[in-house]
Amino acid sequence: MEMTFPVDMNLPINLFTIFDMVLLSMLVIVAIAIVRLNSLFSIVMLFGVYSLLSATWFVSLDAVDVAFTEAAVGAGISTVLMLGAMLLTSREALPTPPLRRWTSLLIVTATGIALIYATFDMPSFGDANSPANSYVGMEYMARTITDISVPNVVTAILASYRGFDTFGEVVVVLTAGLGVMLILGIGGSKRAAGTAQLKATSTPEPKLPVTVAGAKGPASNHHVVLRVVAKMLVPMIVLYALYVQFHGDYGPGGGFQAGVIFASAVILYSLIFGMEETRRAFPPGLVRFCSVLGVFIYGGTGLVTIILGGKFLDYNMLDKHDPIHAQHFGILLIELGVLVTVAGVMLSIYYGFAGRYRELEDRNW
Amino acid sequence: MIEWALWLEWARYGLAGAMMLSGAGFMLIGSIGVMRLPDFYSRIHAAGITDTLATILLLGGMIVTSGFTQTSAKLALVGVLLFLTSPTATHAIANAAQKAGLKPRLGTIASPHPRDREDA
Amino acid sequence: MLEFIVGHFNYWVVIVLMMTGLYVVISTGNLVKKLVGIGIFQTSVFQLYISLGKVVGGSPPILEYLPKEYAKEASNYVETATKTAVATEENAIQPISDIGGTIDVASDPLMGVIYSNPLPHVLILTAIVVGVATLAVGLALVVRIREEYGSIEEIQINEAEYKQEAGGS
Repeated sequence: MEMTFPVDMNLPINLFTIFDMVLLSMLVIVAIAIVRLNSLFSIVMLFGVYSLLSATWFVSLDAVDVAFTEAAVGAGISTVLMLGAMLLTSREALPTPPLRRWTSLLIVTATGIALIYATFDMPSFGDANSPANSYVGMEYMARTITDISVPNVVTAILASYRGFDTFGEVVVVLTAGLGVMLILGIGGSKRAAGTAQLKATSTPEPKLPVTVAGAKGPASNHHVVLRVVAKMLVPMIVLYALYVQFHGDYGPGGGFQAGVIFASAVILYSLIFGMEETRRAFPPGLVRFCSVLGVFIYGGTGLVTIILGGKFLDYNMLDKHDPIHAQHFGILLIELGVLVTVAGVMLSIYYGFAGRYRELEDRNW
Repeated sequence: MIEWALWLEWARYGLAGAMMLSGAGFMLIGSIGVMRLPDFYSRIHAAGITDTLATILLLGGMIVTSGFTQTSAKLALVGVLLFLTSPTATHAIANAAQKAGLKPRLGTIASPHPRDREDA
Repeated sequence: MLEFIVGHFNYWVVIVLMMTGLYVVISTGNLVKKLVGIGIFQTSVFQLYISLGKVVGGSPPILEYLPKEYAKEASNYVETATKTAVATEENAIQPISDIGGTIDVASDPLMGVIYSNPLPHVLILTAIVVGVATLAVGLALVVRIREEYGSIEEIQINEAEYKQEAGGS
């Protein structure tokens, strides 16, 4: 027996468009709240909410892979990084002077009206014959079955048809990680340098700790629930990351999401058990090595295909008997490279920020 | 025989609908509580309880709708995860507030609405 | 008119969000809040791309049939399509030349299922991860600025800069 959804897609306003409109109004409300607030803590948390809402809208727009990434990255890692930066800097923003506020509003309104005027020529929402939906995207859709034969077409395009683009993106992620390491240091155990300078300045130091460390003494009893639950959760999160990695051919997922989820497991561990423990489990040197190793695996796959007589990242060379097996093999290899690099870079960035804190003990609360 | 199966199907969807609706209702009550209750600890009480109960009801409704499939197994796993994490999160927030020295407001408390305030 | 509004609603909301992000960037002097504004702007661009790739009535671009089941399903599909064509012929509602006979996997590899466009998804998926990496670079710069000048407000940084220059010369 089929339960049919009471929706008539031909109506201009149906259940789907109402759902979209509710989500979009919530997005606008959150964005306006971010504009009006001055407490940086609230702003950062609301930005996480904003990311989660936009991930929900992506699901409604059929972009499940993108929604997955947005939820893991936008609501997870970037909120953690922003909270870290906020604690290292200040908790409050100065209010904007009225003159600047009104001038900005004028500029923004003018730009917005011009942009809205430009949308009158755009194809309407969901048009199957719009230029964006007519050519190469749908061509990939139709050819994936015979060329690559993995159900998730997004993975097929990401890893095979446009593997070279993705290689570029992975290198950009590595470069950004290197930039953070150059600016903030590599997050070693010497944390005195940053704090000494911080003390010289007049503004008071940020009070709240990001690491709940030093849970060895008798005073640490109040963390026992967190520690027990975290011990249960961390292996589950790592397992889930591996599931996302290897199920990425069949459902939403892949190297990018898996890398971010793996990094978030380590970040959770470090939040509960302290940076010292985390450095012992995942030494910063290993993390840095991983972020380069992934790019090496990715680029190395490309070089091997050249040596075997093909072009760069031409997976068909990997198994000359069955091109579909060769494609699957190539996708597996480069997704592994993406996983290792993304996890490594996210962790080095986190170590860079965490290395700037004094480790706060329980008695400092 | 076919009649009976049909009735069972209807009962299944009815149960699922009832669970999801009551879950949504609890969610609404929790949100009102977060907005209206007077101090931090009572607000987190409202948030925490509805978080667990409402999400479990919603997930249960979805599991009943999808029947014995892989989807319902995944939903059950999500339920286990939420059952672990959301009370822990509530505990962590309340614990941090208590450690930071936030005292609960005791005794009778004036309504936060200006209409009810006598000194306004 | 209603169809025009519903068909362009997504662009307008995306523009409103984009302008909100721009407003935060140009109005506030706080560097962390500016980065949040850039984040809102960035997310609105992602939303624009993804909403362009949506097809009404479409499903996520994950093929419904695994490669192994594909051959079987394809033959079933051809069978049903032929049957429909025959039925249409009997009822004489429409000429069979449009549908009959020629349906095979080569002409319709997706077997009648509508999917949304996967290409924007690929572009945005990688852009999100690159976005958080660049956001981290921005935050690292903000942290260093705080250590150097003792503030993350534009005005106070400028004052500290002038003071340094005056003291140095």
